[in-house]
Amino acid sequence: MKEMIQKLKSQFETKLKDVNDQKSLEDLRLDFLSKKGQITQLMKELSKVPNEQKKEAGQLINSFKQEVLERYEGKKEQLISLQEKLLIDGAESYDDSMPTGCPCGSYHPITLVQRELEDIFESMGFDVEDYNEIVDDYHCFEALNIPKYHPARDMQDTYYLTTKNQLLKSHTSAAQNAILKKYGKDLKEKGRPIRAVFPGRCFRNEAIDACHENTFFQMEGIMVDKDISVSNLIYFMKTMLSEVFSKEVTVRLRPGFFPFVEPGFELDIQCLICEGEGCSSCKNSGWLELCPCGMIHPNVLKYGGINTEENPYEYTGFAFGLGLTRLAMMKYGVKDIRTFNSGDLSSLSQFVSR
Amino acid sequence: MFVSMNWINDFVDLEGEDIEKLIHRFTLSTAEVEGIEYKGRDINGIVVGEILSCEDHPDSDHLHLLKVDAGDGIYDVVCGAPNARAGIKTAFAKVGAQVGDIKIKSAKLRGQISNGMCCSAKEIGISDDHSGIMELDLSLKNGTDLKEIFPIDDIIFEVDNKSLTNRPDLWGHYGMAREFAALTGKPLKELPVKEDDYEGDEVVDIDVRNKDYCYRYTGVRIENVTGKVSPMYMQIRLYYCGTRAINLLADLTNYIMLELGQPTHAFDGNRISRIVVDTPKTDIKFTTLDGNERDITTDTLMIYDNDTPVAIAGIMGGLDSEIVEDTDSVVLECANFDGVCVRKSAQRMGLRTDASARYEKTIDPEMTMEAAKRFIKLLSEIDEGAKCVTKINDVYVKHYPEITIDFDKAFVDRYTGIDISAERIKNTLISLGFKVSSDGEAFSVRVPSYRATKDISMQADIVEEITRIYGYDNFEIKTTRSPIIPAKMSLKRREENLIKDLLVKAYSMNEVHTRIWADPDELRDIGLSPEENVMLIQGSKEQETGILRTSMFESFLPLIYANRNYKPAFGIFEIGRTIHGVREDDTADERRTLAIGMYSKESTEKSLYFKAVELINTMIDELKHVKAVYKKTGVSHVWQHPKNTSLISVSGTEIGTINTLHPTTLKKISKNGAVVCIEIDMDALLSVEPVEFEFEEPSKFPGIDYDLTLLLPENVRFEAIENEVAALRIADLKKLSVIDVYDAEVIKNITVRLKFSSDERTLTSEEVQKSVDLILERLAAMNIKLKVLE
Repeated sequence: MKEMIQKLKSQFETKLKDVNDQKSLEDLRLDFLSKKGQITQLMKELSKVPNEQKKEAGQLINSFKQEVLERYEGKKEQLISLQEKLLIDGAESYDDSMPTGCPCGSYHPITLVQRELEDIFESMGFDVEDYNEIVDDYHCFEALNIPKYHPARDMQDTYYLTTKNQLLKSHTSAAQNAILKKYGKDLKEKGRPIRAVFPGRCFRNEAIDACHENTFFQMEGIMVDKDISVSNLIYFMKTMLSEVFSKEVTVRLRPGFFPFVEPGFELDIQCLICEGEGCSSCKNSGWLELCPCGMIHPNVLKYGGINTEENPYEYTGFAFGLGLTRLAMMKYGVKDIRTFNSGDLSSLSQFVSR
Repeated sequence: MFVSMNWINDFVDLEGEDIEKLIHRFTLSTAEVEGIEYKGRDINGIVVGEILSCEDHPDSDHLHLLKVDAGDGIYDVVCGAPNARAGIKTAFAKVGAQVGDIKIKSAKLRGQISNGMCCSAKEIGISDDHSGIMELDLSLKNGTDLKEIFPIDDIIFEVDNKSLTNRPDLWGHYGMAREFAALTGKPLKELPVKEDDYEGDEVVDIDVRNKDYCYRYTGVRIENVTGKVSPMYMQIRLYYCGTRAINLLADLTNYIMLELGQPTHAFDGNRISRIVVDTPKTDIKFTTLDGNERDITTDTLMIYDNDTPVAIAGIMGGLDSEIVEDTDSVVLECANFDGVCVRKSAQRMGLRTDASARYEKTIDPEMTMEAAKRFIKLLSEIDEGAKCVTKINDVYVKHYPEITIDFDKAFVDRYTGIDISAERIKNTLISLGFKVSSDGEAFSVRVPSYRATKDISMQADIVEEITRIYGYDNFEIKTTRSPIIPAKMSLKRREENLIKDLLVKAYSMNEVHTRIWADPDELRDIGLSPEENVMLIQGSKEQETGILRTSMFESFLPLIYANRNYKPAFGIFEIGRTIHGVREDDTADERRTLAIGMYSKESTEKSLYFKAVELINTMIDELKHVKAVYKKTGVSHVWQHPKNTSLISVSGTEIGTINTLHPTTLKKISKNGAVVCIEIDMDALLSVEPVEFEFEEPSKFPGIDYDLTLLLPENVRFEAIENEVAALRIADLKKLSVIDVYDAEVIKNITVRLKFSSDERTLTSEEVQKSVDLILERLAAMNIKLKVLE
């Protein structure tokens, strides 16, 4: 029996060596391990073995069977991993540097800048307001303390309409009166300060070139409360502009005249490119004129129903204006202002997102 | 405006001050300085030289060979000036001298040595005269540095005129000097003037007939003026400040204007017997001294000699009464005219002058008398023989009211947010010319006349005066008393943002901005014209504007046309404004409108249209959680398709339209493309209350899907199926969806899937069949039948 097992074992080993796919492995299994296989045949031989040797012979066959089974399983594993390897080796390695289509649309650059500013102002407690593009003479001029014969009211600068006293708003300040009236009640009754920004499209009768547009965007802001001061104004301008430019900016104020503020200022920021040294962007001055602002004129607060004739300084406030179009030009390096209203998709489609 | 520091120094002693720093402070405290020029910095080593001899150059037809005595020696010089001759003294630049960009070197000119250069006034930079070399006073000592004789060195700075709009007092050097006095704390000198020393009773006859436009007219007659040329210092100042020297009298009027900001006019005394100030009764023609004939309207103020017009008040004198070479008698006008009248007249004529620019700013009428006396003073210094032959006649028609402002320190503290001492407040205001009376911290100040014409009238104005001199750089800055609480985004803005995000991110669209007016040329290209609407009143400048748009597509259709080759398919959108005619109260009906324009050469019009409908449905679902309803409507614009224009409603509110294009318009835009237009009234949309969606627990029991292929006759819309089925109120029917549409001729085959399920149990097929039969019966009544398989 021992010899038979030995013979069978070497036979198995030889055959196992030749196994190289699932099929030959299966043949080997059938040959040795199936019901009609050689090991079963060997079991049948056991009856011929004398009784006293039966136990030992049985054990021998069993351990042989165990060994064959293990060898078979081992080979099976080996074949699977070999197959996996073949699959991996045969697979394509994808070139992810290949260009793809980009299904992105685009935002108008003004929308991008406007959203950024609105987020900043909302975080600073300012309500964002919207206002008409067609306004009347009262809101655009009278209520802003702009006298009847002021040059800004000339037809050369402003688009007047055929309707009653109406015009295309020439500055976002045209919304001041309405906003003062809207929030005045809460200010006076609940002591809630007025803080509002109002972006909008403005129109001025200008010949168009790379630097001039007749249709452009501004954003105006006001804050009104008891005891708002020039000092507060400078603080807020500095904080706000540092947010806008995502870095600490140095500001300076100089007198600037606008009929609806007193005192009125031109606010300059230190040039962000040369940091005040002087370069071509700041025309060598080290400063960029950015933001007209000032303390809201007492007459404007009076017309807005905030203060009375008798007590013209009960509440005070400041106002400021930002040129959204100009900021967008600075931010994105747009050199020709006409890009914004061109409707030219090869330009505008580049403003994918912030 | 150009400002000369030499001139400023006449009135305030700035000795020892850092001028550059001072000019910088001027920017921060007064008005924006646009540039600084250092005159004379590039002029060095030019001396008085006497031409001893002058011979022709042997090899040139225009060069001369000079011997020049420059005090320290005699130099050979080759010179080409036509006026070079022996006996004159001239400006001589020796070897090593700097003349502008030129460094003088010894050189040979056509074989002859030249050791220096004789200079023209232009080369030295003190005039634009380049007709010949300078001819200097013969009494000057040879070798004297020219800078010792003439004020060549000066610092000139330019102030942005716009930043002086509200400061009529700063349109002359004296007013500027007052600012420098306030900035440095140094005293302002009094303006040297000379009283009219005529002792008789004669006056210039002045008749101001128009008392609205003329505030004051001051005039005097001066005779025996023999001087013709103004002194060099004056010529240089005028030149540095941007004015050319002409003749003594003209130069003097310009000098007074640049010094005081008060325009003056010198009439030829022989032409004037009686001054009349009035507007013409009818439109007239008038030739100004620049030789141009002007159209004068009846609202232009004129100066007449009796009945003959001699000047346009505040703008320009007439040709016939101009000072000429032999003028020895002059009638001087120092007047104050209405700023608006002058501005409007100048604008009408397109003739803005230095004088009109000043009158526009509402200058102080108090200045006319000062100006006249200053004129007399300067003229008498230059031309001793000149004599006033009348008294100064002063017709003061209209005074500005005196302004006194009361305030206290506490007010200033509150308005500024910082603490400026009472002493400082007082000193600042005094230095600016205010009459200040104070009692501790309470002040009462009188505004000086030159600030009282429009500039300063209230407490806030006073604060500006104090703070600008104090310096904004010196402010301590602090946040507000009330705390900052972040604000919430308004629903209006949130809807706008959501829509933009959806269109950009889910539909790959491009946001554009278009103009509020329709462009006739662009519309003409696609066979359209602007629709009747509110008009813009056009300004005088050339513009392509006119009619405001009634629909965003008056802008969008030309834009789609312009971009038709950008890509085979694209979508554009904008939230802009449209104007829907005029309301009853004669105001424009402005609406906030979302426009979406879709263009494609890749898909059929039908599939583009359904993509647009899907877009609207998604948008409305996202914003309001309800379904949009579409209803075919007639066209309201010629470019809309008569069969495919629908009104869109949400919860019963009409919010907009969707349409394809009329074939005629479509053909103009693109031969093989499709266009779909969506217009949404954003405020109507905003007014629709969003419906809160409710969560529904999914049923634990399996449901049954039942598919039906229905035959939809022509003119019956899908919504009919939806409505009829919904009307049956079958509780277990959870959803009806379309899974296939097949367009056969006339009749549309549509396969719908009915989803049945119950929350309580598993439905039986019998139950479901019963419901389906009910539905089929109801649909059959609408002539919608089940498709029978053949």
